[in-house]
This record gives sequence, structure tokens and C-alpha cells, in this order.
Amino acid sequence: MKVELRGVTKRFPGVVANRDVNLTVSGGEVVALLGENGAGKSTLMNVLFGLYEATEGEIYIDDQKAEFSSPADAIAAGIGMVHQHFMLIPVFNVIENVMLGLEETKGMGRLDEDKASERLLSLSREHGLQVEPYAVIEDLPVGVQQRVEILKALYRNADCLILDEPTAVLTPDEIRDLIGVIQSLKDAGKAIIFISHKLKEVLEIADQIVVLRRGEVVGTTTPSETNEQELATMMVGRDVQLEVSKTPSEPGTAVLRVTDMHVRDDREVKVVNGVSFEVKAKEILAIAGVQGNGQTQLIEALTGLRKVESGNVTLGDEDVTGASPATLFKMDVAHIPEDRQADGMIGAFSIADNLVLNTYRERPFSKGILTDRSAIQRSATKLIEDFDIRTPSARSPASTLSGGNQQKMIVAREFTHAQRLLIASQPTRGLDVGSIQYIHARIVAQRDEGAGVLLVSSELDEIMALADRIAVMCAGEIVGVLDRADATREKVGRLMAGVRDEAPRPPSPPVAEGEGS
Amino acid sequence: MSSHSATVTTSRISPARARGFGIFFIFLAVAMAVLFGMGSGPDSATFGLNGPDQFADLPTVEIPAAGTAYFLAVVAAFLGGMQLARGFGHRIYLVLGVVVFLFIFAFLVWATEDNSLNLYGMLQSTLLRAIPLTLGAISGVLCEKSGVVNIAIEGMMLFSAFMGVIIGSASGNLWIGLIGGALAGGVLSSVLAVLSIRYRVDQIIAGTVLNIFALGITSYLTARVLVEYQNLNNPGTFRQFSIPIVSKIPLIGPLLFRNNILIFLTFVLVGAVWFGLNKTRWGLRVRAVGEHPKAADTVGINVQRVRYRNVIMGGVVAGLAGAYLTLGSVGRFDENMTAGKGFIALAAMLFGRYNPVGAFGAALVFGFAESLQNKLAILNVGISSELLAMAPYLATLLVVAGVVGRTRVPAADGVPYVKE
Ligand SMILES: Nc1ncnc2c1ncn2[C@@H]1O[C@H](COP(=O)(O)OP(=O)(O)OP(=O)(O)O)[C@@H](O)[C@H]1O
Ligand SMILES: [Mg+2]
Repeated sequence: MKVELRGVTKRFPGVVANRDVNLTVSGGEVVALLGENGAGKSTLMNVLFGLYEATEGEIYIDDQKAEFSSPADAIAAGIGMVHQHFMLIPVFNVIENVMLGLEETKGMGRLDEDKASERLLSLSREHGLQVEPYAVIEDLPVGVQQRVEILKALYRNADCLILDEPTAVLTPDEIRDLIGVIQSLKDAGKAIIFISHKLKEVLEIADQIVVLRRGEVVGTTTPSETNEQELATMMVGRDVQLEVSKTPSEPGTAVLRVTDMHVRDDREVKVVNGVSFEVKAKEILAIAGVQGNGQTQLIEALTGLRKVESGNVTLGDEDVTGASPATLFKMDVAHIPEDRQADGMIGAFSIADNLVLNTYRERPFSKGILTDRSAIQRSATKLIEDFDIRTPSARSPASTLSGGNQQKMIVAREFTHAQRLLIASQPTRGLDVGSIQYIHARIVAQRDEGAGVLLVSSELDEIMALADRIAVMCAGEIVGVLDRADATREKVGRLMAGVRDEAPRPPSPPVAEGEGS
Repeated sequence: MSSHSATVTTSRISPARARGFGIFFIFLAVAMAVLFGMGSGPDSATFGLNGPDQFADLPTVEIPAAGTAYFLAVVAAFLGGMQLARGFGHRIYLVLGVVVFLFIFAFLVWATEDNSLNLYGMLQSTLLRAIPLTLGAISGVLCEKSGVVNIAIEGMMLFSAFMGVIIGSASGNLWIGLIGGALAGGVLSSVLAVLSIRYRVDQIIAGTVLNIFALGITSYLTARVLVEYQNLNNPGTFRQFSIPIVSKIPLIGPLLFRNNILIFLTFVLVGAVWFGLNKTRWGLRVRAVGEHPKAADTVGINVQRVRYRNVIMGGVVAGLAGAYLTLGSVGRFDENMTAGKGFIALAAMLFGRYNPVGAFGAALVFGFAESLQNKLAILNVGISSELLAMAPYLATLLVVAGVVGRTRVPAADGVPYVKE
């Protein structure tokens, strides 16, 4: 199978998301699509999948011109897509999700789940995609949900598979598995388009690399001809530094102290089990760990979004256990949430309004009971510029931003506020290398200005680049705390996998041993 | 194997909520013992159980009022204890239904002490009152499962009750009247569909407007036309008929199998809509559209078409509910004769957790509450009947608010779908 985009242009009001793009992918080949946030990658793929109609240009399948006016047409032509934000129905089980739109039935339109599940299981064996057909989607980890998405496409006999940032939310192990699956699909003769911001992965699995910048193709290359630095430069259009420069920290007094914290998740399972740590002023404490080991719930509990079962949180000298987000905000705590679409923004509001969601009640944005639109507008224009948020206007609804630009908007908002403590969960998920570099620099700058920073990340690279101290979380507990100077990727990696230090350090201050204590 | 597909009704119950159920059951048990056990004198309650035209009549049941209340309280307490000890898992809602039933029964026994009550008549009036509520609730289920909020059930019922009467009287044919009524519901719901799907008007506002319209137009035309041309308000009613043999089974026979066509149709609809939504391709697509329209779109399902179809079907069913009120029951139209039944139907839909069978159960509870009010006056209990009639509603309110709590609403309910 050969899929070809010829001269595709897609305009939105005020933006050209794709300009005259040509792209070809053939069976048995992996084409990686690279580009900054807002470069137009998702848009291009949505055009190929029939979700958007191209303003100009054509699609050819095996040298035949194709018209896709809806995803149904694209599916019929053998195209399958795994979206950046999954398209699964949380309350349905795997089988129901997979067969939706292409149901097996037996008399009277009755669903034949067993027949569908047979077919699903044979596909799953063939490509090493393990799933439990009757499991309900919302109970499954993202890695498995993604397998369901891939199976959904294969179930429709997709010969060309589009994967839009499939690795952004996966754990390192899941990424390994996915790369194996992609290899197997490629060997089976499928054409694959792979979008990612992680240059290492791209160099590992791509046969062809196509780079988009501001909607246009700016280069095509292969992994053997290029390297990370060169790809980064090609994407951004200028030299980018991949490392942040950072001086050793000079920690001050403790800003945040967490003692023996216990938290339950939505299913009342205890997922944080007696966690204690402290964050000092002028230091970055990173919590490393494979996703799903309690970090999410820990941060939710710290930021007033989840009930603290037991334990104690103090900010400076004040007890803030279970304090509301508003209280914490007043105490100069900033929070970059992990699930940006759910907790970080209001899609229907303009970008300018989203940028003052936390400060609109304060001067200069508010005068008595009125808001000052022009002050809000001015501040928005400046933030859009500083954080390089790609949008035609501050008045556009936030939902029209690309995934990465939504993230930048939230980060920008949280940085506008004076800070004592910054809590950042996966602050650079889904961002391009240039933006990652910029946000890293801002985080370090916050630290240097005296804030304590609590960083949660499942990216080892990010941890190693930013942390002054590293606390590794596994199965709801902190299994080790390392100084950055002592930490190697191997050591942290081992702890993340749950292997504790061979010789545990004595707890400090040392406690006298003996009876009767 | 097919039990796997019933994911609609499975929802997890947290330990805290499970405990809440157990405590609630025991609370009801104590209330039963104190209010109805200690509150009863030494006399018995007598119940008649016979309907017309049975193979054989059942004997009249005479039970000691206090003893029965204590016994039922013990059963409820036992169920509460079981729940606390090991839990009923997802069957809890069924158990909840049983306990609530025990409570109501204990209440009835207490109220009937030293008196006699024809239980058959009571059950029959419960069923008859539940029919329009059930149909209205099914209308709501059809709309909301596909993601469109329909609070215009009331208006649709009223409008089609009116149209059914006019068309039935004018044509002299009840069947034409019924079809006219159903279509009238369909027409009104098409307006709701266009407003909320195509023009993305706020669905609560669109529904409210339709309710006001229906009330206004029917009141006006009643005053202007029906008062003057009385023969347009006299279509007659569907006759009841018996299904041979089964209708002669004592108690259940005449209750379930001696009815008019609209009641039988309701039974069929409850089963058919449940089956359709949970077991068929159509239902899977409807639920998908109501939960995550974009996901449905990406697998090639036409979201808008599914929604139009369901809303219009919902309107037709609401139309049947309206037609039942006139053609299936009293045989004439009165101004604002729905009197809030459409909204109670909405409550039944919620209480029934968007499941037609559950909604039927909830409608029976509401229907029982209504018929109780009438019966209590006759029984001559010490307390004013209006006050007493509140008890079942109060129990329902408690159940809905405190114990059933959050029903899982279709995730995209009320949210218009925009493609690009
Ligand atoms: N529905 C829309 N309406 C208006 N503008 C849009 C819409 N969707 C995308 N855009 C704009 O088109 C451009 C490209 O967005 P797209 O989502 O394709 O970027 P991307 O390359 O996938 O970025 P990311 O890596 O952040 O996901 C952006 O400037 C975005 O603001
Ligand atoms: Mg994208």
C-alpha cells in the first residue's frame, strides 16, 4: 500500500496549519513526522483520516485519487489512526470499543461479542498486543488503552497506521513494548506514520523522517544521515541547546514538609503509603517514578484536589493539610497540573481569559467589580510572546491550540504569579525540544529567585536535567532519595523498578536503639 | 456469555457507599420496628387479593399488624447486616428495592390494622398510574442515552394527549387518534432535535420553551375549541381485553393480562428498549454517541443522525404516554391534565438509572405512592392523608438523594457535537 498527500493546505480562521505539504508512506515503512508544537502534524493527519477537509490538495491511495469526507471513508480505504487524545469510550469494554462501527451481529441486530473477541484475540496474538477483551477501558492503564486503539485500527484492516504522539504518556517499559509492536507491524507490511517529540525514539524506529515547521515541510532525512542536534535545529529553525545550564543549588529553609502521608485513589485503594519528604527554598526536588505509582494522587492531595487520608503537610510554619486550591494559591503556591485538559484550562474560553484564570480578581486585571479587558489583553500578548504560544490571536478559544501549546499556556499562567512553592507535574509532556528547553530554564530561574520546586516527572531525562535531589517513588512509597551528584541513570532506573538500595543508609538523625523507646 | 455486555448498569461501589447502604437498611429496619411495630395495636390487617374472572379465588389474608412489622424489620435488618458483613456487590440496587418494598409493605400493614384493604385494587391502580410515567421515562432514556437532554417530556405528553383526543374524535377512530398523538409527540421532539442538534441551543432552554408552548397552545385551544365543540372531546377509550388462560391466574392474571392495548404496548416497550440499548448494534452506537461523540465519529458513526433518530423516537414514545392519558384512560382532555407527570417521569428515569426496566420499577414506586394517597383516606388512619401520602415520597427522596446518589449520566449528555 502507498499513501500520498499531494500539495495539502489546511487553513483555519487566521492560521495556515498546513501549507502545500507532500508526504508519501509505503507499506513496510515507518515515516516519522517531526515538528514544533503547532507545526501542523495533528492537523495533517486529521486531514488524511477524513476528520478535516483539506482546503487544497489531494490524497492518493496506491496512485488512485481518494476523497475522504469523513473518517468512514478513510477507514474504508485502509487508514487507521491512534489519536493524540484517545478515542475510547471509558465505560465500554475492550470488545465494544473495538467493534464499534463495525459490529458483528447475529439475528435481530444482536451483538456477537464472542465472534468479535475471537477475531480480536487472533490479531492480538499476531502482533503481540495483549488485551483482556472484557475489561472495561477506564480500569486499564494508558499503555493498554493504547494497545486497544491500535487493535481497533487493525480490526478494521488498516494498512496504513497513524500514531499521533503515542509515546507521550507511556512508561519506559510501555515504550519498549510499543516499539516492538511497531516493528512487527512494519514486518507485516503496514505503512506507519509516527509522530513524536522524542528524538531518540524517532532515530531508533524511523525509516524516513519528515520535518514540518509552521505548516510546511522543511526537510526530509533518514536516521543514518542525521542526529538529535541536527533534527532539533531543523524543527526550530535555529540552534537549540538541548541541555539547561544550571548552577548547583544553595538550599535554604524548608518550604514544604510532608509527613507520613496516606492517600487513596478513586477506587479507595491506598496508593500513597506513608510518604515523607521536604522541599527547601532554592532547590528542585524531583519525584521520579514510573507513572501509576501514586505520584498523581500524591500531588492531587498536596494541591487540594484529593482527600488526605492521614498525614501532615506544612508550608513554612503553617499546617496546610487538606487546604483548598484557593488557599494554597493565596499562599503563593503554583501548580502545573498533569491532566491539562481536565484540570488546567477551560477550552471554550479565550486564551487571554485562560491566562488570568488564577489572577483575574487581582490588580491590575480587576478594578472594583469590573475586569480591565485591556490589561488582560496586554498581559496575554506578552505571555504569548514570551512562551512562544502559537496562535493567531489571544482571543482564540483555548481549545483550538495544539496539544503542546495548551500546555505552554498553562505553564505561562502559573509562572506569572509570585512564588514560594512551584509544584509541576509532567510540565513538559508533549512539548517540542525548544519549548522543553525554555520551560526548563524558567523552572531553574524560579529556583534561583528563591522558590522551592517540587517536580514530578516520569521522564528520566527531565529528572536528570533539572533535579537537585531525586526522590524515587515506587508502589506508593519513596524508595530512595539521592543527591543529584550521586545519581546516575542506572541507580535511579533501578529504584524506579522497585529495587531498593543494597545497604540502606541509616535514617537521620540516628535514633537510639533499645527497648522502651 | 452475553452478560458481559451489560456494562451500562455496572458501576463500582466504594466501601464507604457500601457501608452507607448497610446502615441505611438497618435504619429502615429500626424505623419499621418503632413506627409500625410498636405503633400497631393488637389487631390484624385483612387483605383481599382477588381480581375479576379468575380460575379460583384466593382466601382473604389476615395477618397480625405488629407481628408482621417486627418480622419485616428483622428481615430488613438481616439484609443490612449481610451488606455490612460481606456486601451484595453490584446486586445492591436490587436489594435496595427489596428493602424499600418491605418498608412500604410494613407501612401498609400498619395503616390497615383493624381494617381490610383490597390489595388487588391497590396494585391495579399502582400499575395504571405507573404506565404514563414509564412511557415518559423511556422517552427520556432514548433521548439522553444519545446525548440530548429532554425536559420537554411534559410538554410532549400534554400536546399529544390533546392531539390524540381531537384526531380520535374527529376521525371517530381510536387508532387514528393514537397514531395522531404519537406523531404529535414526534413533531414536537423534531423541533427539540433541530434546536439542540442543529442550532445547538441550550437544551434546557429549548425544552422549557417547548413545555410553555405546549401548555399555552393546548389551554388556548381547549378554551376556544373544545369548550364549544364538545364532540371533539369525546373519542372514547381503548377497551381492555384479556389474554386467554393466563388472565385467569389468581391476582397476577387480571392484574397483568387484562388490560388495554396501550398497557400491553408499554410492557413490550420496556423489554424492547432495554434489549435494544444493551444487546444490539443500534444500542451500542446510541450509547457510544451519548458517551463520547467524537470517538463515535472517528469510527464512522454519523453522530447527528443517531441523535435525530433517537430524539424523534423519544418524542413518539412521549406521544404514546400522552395518548394513554386520554385515549387509554379517561377518554377526554382537560386543561394541563399532565400536571407534572412528565417531570415525575424524568425523576423515574434518573431513579431507574437510565435503564428502561429500572425506570419501570421507579414508576411503580411513584404510582404506588399516588394510589396510597387515595386509599388512606378510605382506611381512615389517624393522621391526615395528605401528610401520610408524603411518606413514600420521602422514602424515595431519601433513596434518590442519599443512597443511590450519583447516577452515572451519559458523559456527553446535553453537550452538542461540533465537528471541526
Ligand atoms: N480546530 C482548530 N481551529 C483553529 N485552529 C486550529 C484548530 N486545530 C488546530 N489549529 C491550529 O493549527 C495549528 C496546528 O495545530 P496542530 O494541532 O496540527 O499542531 P501539532 O503539530 O499537532 O502540535 P503538537 O505537537 O503541540 O500536538 C496550530 O496553530 C493550532 O492553533
Ligand atoms: Mg498534535
